[in-house]
Amino acid sequence: MAYLELHELRRAFGPVVALDGIQIELAAGEFLSLLGPSGCGKTTALRLVAGFDRPDSGSIVIDGKDITRLSPNRRDMGMVFQAYSLFPNLTTEQNVEFGLRIRKHKRGARRKRVAELLELVGLGHAGKRFPHQLSGGMQQRVALARALAIEPRVLLLDEPLSALDAKVRVQLREEIRRIQTQLGITTLYVTHDQEEALSVSDHVAVMWSGRIEQVGTPSEMYGAPATPFVAEFIGTMNRLQAVVVDGDRGEVEHAGTLLTVDAARGRSRGEKVLVLVRPELLELEPSTNGSTAGDNTLGGEVVTHTFLGSVTRLKIQGREAELIADVPTARVDSLPVGQPIVAHVPTAGTRLLSLNEEPASDEPDQDGR
Amino acid sequence: MRRRWIAPSAVVWLVVAAAFFLIPLIATLLFSLRSIQTNKCCSGAAYSLIVHDHQFWSTIRLSFQLALETIAISLLLFVPTVYWVHLKLPRLRPVLSLMALVPFVVPPIVLVVGLLNLYKGAPSWFYDKPYGFLATAYVILAFPYMFFALDAGFRSIDLHTLTEASQSLGAGWGTTLTRVILPNIRVAALGGSFLTLAIVMGEFTIASLSAFKTFPPYIQVVNESQPYEAAALSLLSFLIVWAAMLALVLVGRGRPRPAQVAATR
Amino acid sequence: MIVGAFKNAHGGATLHHMHQIVQQPYRDQYWLTIKVSLITAGVGSFLGLCIAYAMIREGTPRFLRTILTTFSGVAANFAGIPLAFAFIATLGTIGIATTFIKDHLGYDLYAHGFTIFGQTGVELTYLYFQIPLMILVIAPAIDGLRAEWREAASNLGATSWQFWRYVGIPVLLPSILGAFILLFGNSFSAYATAYGLAGNSVFLIPITIGFYYSGNVVSDPHFAQALAFGMFVVLAVMMLLYVPLQRRSARWMR
Ligand SMILES: Nc1ncnc2c1ncn2[C@@H]1O[C@H](COP(=O)(O)OP(=O)(O)OP(=O)(O)O)[C@@H](O)[C@H]1O
Ligand SMILES: [Mg+2]
Repeated sequence: MAYLELHELRRAFGPVVALDGIQIELAAGEFLSLLGPSGCGKTTALRLVAGFDRPDSGSIVIDGKDITRLSPNRRDMGMVFQAYSLFPNLTTEQNVEFGLRIRKHKRGARRKRVAELLELVGLGHAGKRFPHQLSGGMQQRVALARALAIEPRVLLLDEPLSALDAKVRVQLREEIRRIQTQLGITTLYVTHDQEEALSVSDHVAVMWSGRIEQVGTPSEMYGAPATPFVAEFIGTMNRLQAVVVDGDRGEVEHAGTLLTVDAARGRSRGEKVLVLVRPELLELEPSTNGSTAGDNTLGGEVVTHTFLGSVTRLKIQGREAELIADVPTARVDSLPVGQPIVAHVPTAGTRLLSLNEEPASDEPDQDGR
Repeated sequence: MRRRWIAPSAVVWLVVAAAFFLIPLIATLLFSLRSIQTNKCCSGAAYSLIVHDHQFWSTIRLSFQLALETIAISLLLFVPTVYWVHLKLPRLRPVLSLMALVPFVVPPIVLVVGLLNLYKGAPSWFYDKPYGFLATAYVILAFPYMFFALDAGFRSIDLHTLTEASQSLGAGWGTTLTRVILPNIRVAALGGSFLTLAIVMGEFTIASLSAFKTFPPYIQVVNESQPYEAAALSLLSFLIVWAAMLALVLVGRGRPRPAQVAATR
Repeated sequence: MIVGAFKNAHGGATLHHMHQIVQQPYRDQYWLTIKVSLITAGVGSFLGLCIAYAMIREGTPRFLRTILTTFSGVAANFAGIPLAFAFIATLGTIGIATTFIKDHLGYDLYAHGFTIFGQTGVELTYLYFQIPLMILVIAPAIDGLRAEWREAASNLGATSWQFWRYVGIPVLLPSILGAFILLFGNSFSAYATAYGLAGNSVFLIPITIGFYYSGNVVSDPHFAQALAFGMFVVLAVMMLLYVPLQRRSARWMR
């Protein structure tokens, strides 16, 4: 039974359809990330849940009660904004205390709770400081403590880390997850950073232009993307246009080359498909003559190297498409720029998407990487 | 809260504001259109009387000339000063801004009392002539507005680079100032000038106490016998301020908003 | 001028004037001037704040803001003699609004004690430049109020009133205080408007100074200087009251 349910939410701003009927369900205590490129409607969805905005149609149900028309100050939702949401005229303690004061809790109880929460977010020492005396990361911790103070039914976070630098971002996202698990609070987390979403969530919902493309666990999203957009957006993916030749043997044809992939078994002959291969699954070898490719291989030439640490990303100009392959950095010396290569496409581990189902659309703009 | 429509309470306040601001103007217009014989609407008699009154022309001309003189003196005095301070003596800037605040906080009535006292012994070509005493007083009165406008203007350009570039190309100080710096602070200078214009055209306190016949004292005199004409003149005065402010907004379009208040109560 | 305030008619040093300006009727006149200034600054600040907020808040079309700001620029500068006559034309004995109210609403303002030439009239007229000045001065501060604060507050359960009580007003307070003191000084030093409106009936200190200086009745420049010095003292005292208040209200900024 879902604890929080967003049911067929629709919201348009004039001609811009920000949400085109989205459907999300969260179990109690679940951490769900709403992931998508800029402008896809994530913030709009979150604001509807918080009550800052009303949907054109659809409903929001929490714990069996419809709260679609309830005003925000009666929803008991804790929200953490992107930045600058702390009240500048109140100290850290007073900020955290704010919701409790509004709820007319006893003074002693308030003090105790504030101290607990500041301890929880690791800011026990900064209670008397004003927001402008805190770093960006500290401010977001305070904002988190403030949202948690009222023991909200749902915690909402709108890109809470995007204004912070990379190191703090990683540290703080793990902390958010730790606190969330510790308190068992149902959490809706908005981000456009796929790494962030994959690393902390129970489930990830990928959004694109007002729609939910796919919901699943992080490993499902990575390993089994359901649409070309998700495939592209989560991690990096090689997309090979192909036609099924033999569904029994799992043979497809790409750019005049026959490839055998398990995922093609059972498909009907002539079906147009996309073969999806992760860069780390492509195996490269220097080719001596360059033109002949053996079984399940594609030919090409190394165009660029991008050093990523333990692996180096190679861009390869194939006959028909560009390929991207990640090669252990130790091995990269045998594959210099300009080197003709053959790339082995693994039989297992590739995914297939039927192109007939692909929504008619432009290339998605990519915001992650 | 993100609203789709204007909030009802906002409508109420804006309507209140519109009423309070517009009613006196409309009333003044209607009042000025009343006929002198019947005291009823509508006749243009007040306006025709004004344009045939040579005092009207002489006072408004005097006020306008004073405004131009004040603007000219202010620019000649303050543009090089502010330029020099920004370029060579940045430490003096706070001192100058503090000085600029003096005419702003000293009530005009106090200012005129002090000035009349100060210049009492001055030769009569200065003390008794509007172009001498009054213009001096107005330069002082306009100093804060001119200074802050210019100051903002100079701060918004890269003064050092411009000056050095100009000089490395062989220009002297005069050329640099007139050909390079001035065009770049034109908007600021114009802004300060329009404010000054609005001040001088409406200034009553100093003119009246030092007994010069500029435009505002003329309105006062007219009012004693011809209230409808006085209303027409008031409206005209309002239009002058409008024109100056509109000019201010237009020259400053797309740039940081220049100061907008320079009143002469 | 300050030196002049301590001189007598023959140029000798004296404290006589200093003693005189705190006597009647001048004491009452100072008090009246202060009262008028406090009232118009207070009412002007409040109304200006409300109007500025209405003009800035989300939902109000942008063009209304442009119009109102430009108009405020004009109205804040439209003062002195013309303003006085505009109000006489509106609310004077035979003013347009006066006759309209009498003829159509059956209420005779002047029969009920109102007069544009009295203290209330002066205050009403001063508001015509006080409110726009407030709008101009406070608008940038209201712009600085972030939508996130209002949303965070309502998210934490606060009503709109509670938001203003605990966050909105405290954040604006330093600006409001600054604007108030500006409006006070603005009204305190106003001369032309009051002169045009009620030069013979409402005895504000600037008007009295004008009297003594131009000498319609008596001319005593040294005494005028003493009165002017008194105005200085009042303004200085206001500043002294203002600075600690301002400091306290802006504690969270430093
Ligand atoms: N108040 C509004 N008025 C008009 N259009 C809006 C409004 N709010 C959002 N939009 C539009 O709705 C769409 C979705 O916006 P939203 O803010 O939800 O995107 P987002 O996914 O949060 O993007 P980002 O990652 O950049 O924050 C955008 O095209 C945006 O321009
Ligand atoms: Mg967003």
